[in-house]
Amino acid sequence: MMESQLVMQQEDFDRVLAIIQKLVRDANAKGIFVVDKAGQLIAEAGEMLGIDSTSLASLTAGCVAATGGLAKIVGEEEFPIHFHQGQSDNLHMTLVGDRMILVVIFDERSSLGLVRLRVKKAGNELAKIFEEIRKKAETEVQTQGSPFAEITDDDIDNLFSD
Amino acid sequence: MSFINYSSREINCKIVYYGPGLCGKTTNLQHIYLKTNPDVKGKMISLATETERTLFFDFLPLALGEIRGFKTRFHLYTVPGQVFYDASRKLILKGVDGVVFVADSQIERMEANLESLDNLKVNLKEQGYDLDKIPYVIQYNKRDLPNAAPLEEMRKLCNPTGAPEFEACATTGEGVFETLKAVAKGVLADLKKMGN
Repeated sequence: MMESQLVMQQEDFDRVLAIIQKLVRDANAKGIFVVDKAGQLIAEAGEMLGIDSTSLASLTAGCVAATGGLAKIVGEEEFPIHFHQGQSDNLHMTLVGDRMILVVIFDERSSLGLVRLRVKKAGNELAKIFEEIRKKAETEVQTQGSPFAEITDDDIDNLFSD
Repeated sequence: MSFINYSSREINCKIVYYGPGLCGKTTNLQHIYLKTNPDVKGKMISLATETERTLFFDFLPLALGEIRGFKTRFHLYTVPGQVFYDASRKLILKGVDGVVFVADSQIERMEANLESLDNLKVNLKEQGYDLDKIPYVIQYNKRDLPNAAPLEEMRKLCNPTGAPEFEACATTGEGVFETLKAVAKGVLADLKKMGN
């Protein structure tokens, strides 16, 4: 099934951001990233704002996709939780709804148990929001149309004018 | 699946370079990476084997500029071309907005081109896409080689639907940006169409 376009309004973004900022505190996390399964970064919070989050998003999606492929081979629908343990930093990935991935990076200030506990609640909240965004986007496109309907051929050409 | 973020005023789109093994998909991305300004590009990631064959994908994020107050970002991906990596190719097509098919012009690779093109159609169909309906351009790469097939023949075999097409030599960069611009334009035009 082809996925619909994801359109995120300011108020939805603020809600997502509020949840992951709270999760940073509740889980004692270093950084939290919301990534869609196609590899786009949706939102980030925590003390890792300087890192290459674009690459992180793309590799997260690749990792989840590859693990999902493995799951199907062994007869599972998917593996909803992935955990990578490092020497100082650890990475916890959870599937949120059917198209998002919640990535939590944490160190010795937190623990896997705490992260799993907090992620469960935050994941459910995020899943609800993304479902609402999906429904809203569908109705808005039908009723209002997209702002990009007014893009002209000149606008597109100007992007490549150099 | 493009992602429009009103908060950061960004449009993010995903373009996938597809084609048979050793046709020059990674070389296309490497040339784009080398020739773009540092402020326009992000880090290029290559998940490759020790012999530099693509294992999973290459990834290059590009920011092209603003359109109607929105920053346009294109995420370029390649797939592994070797036949046995089909499972990986399917995964990378997820959420694709535009496709570049890189055909190898060498006569002896014609069968590999057609096999890869069929594979592209099948894998897109599995994800609910139709090659005739998504932004799609074809690049005839390696035109500089002495064993390159005549253009007419390649067109007849690889591009029966008349998709936008470009001759290229990815190692020197000829045709690389023309190809990218054409697919990016197609993706933006599609975004415009969806809004109407």
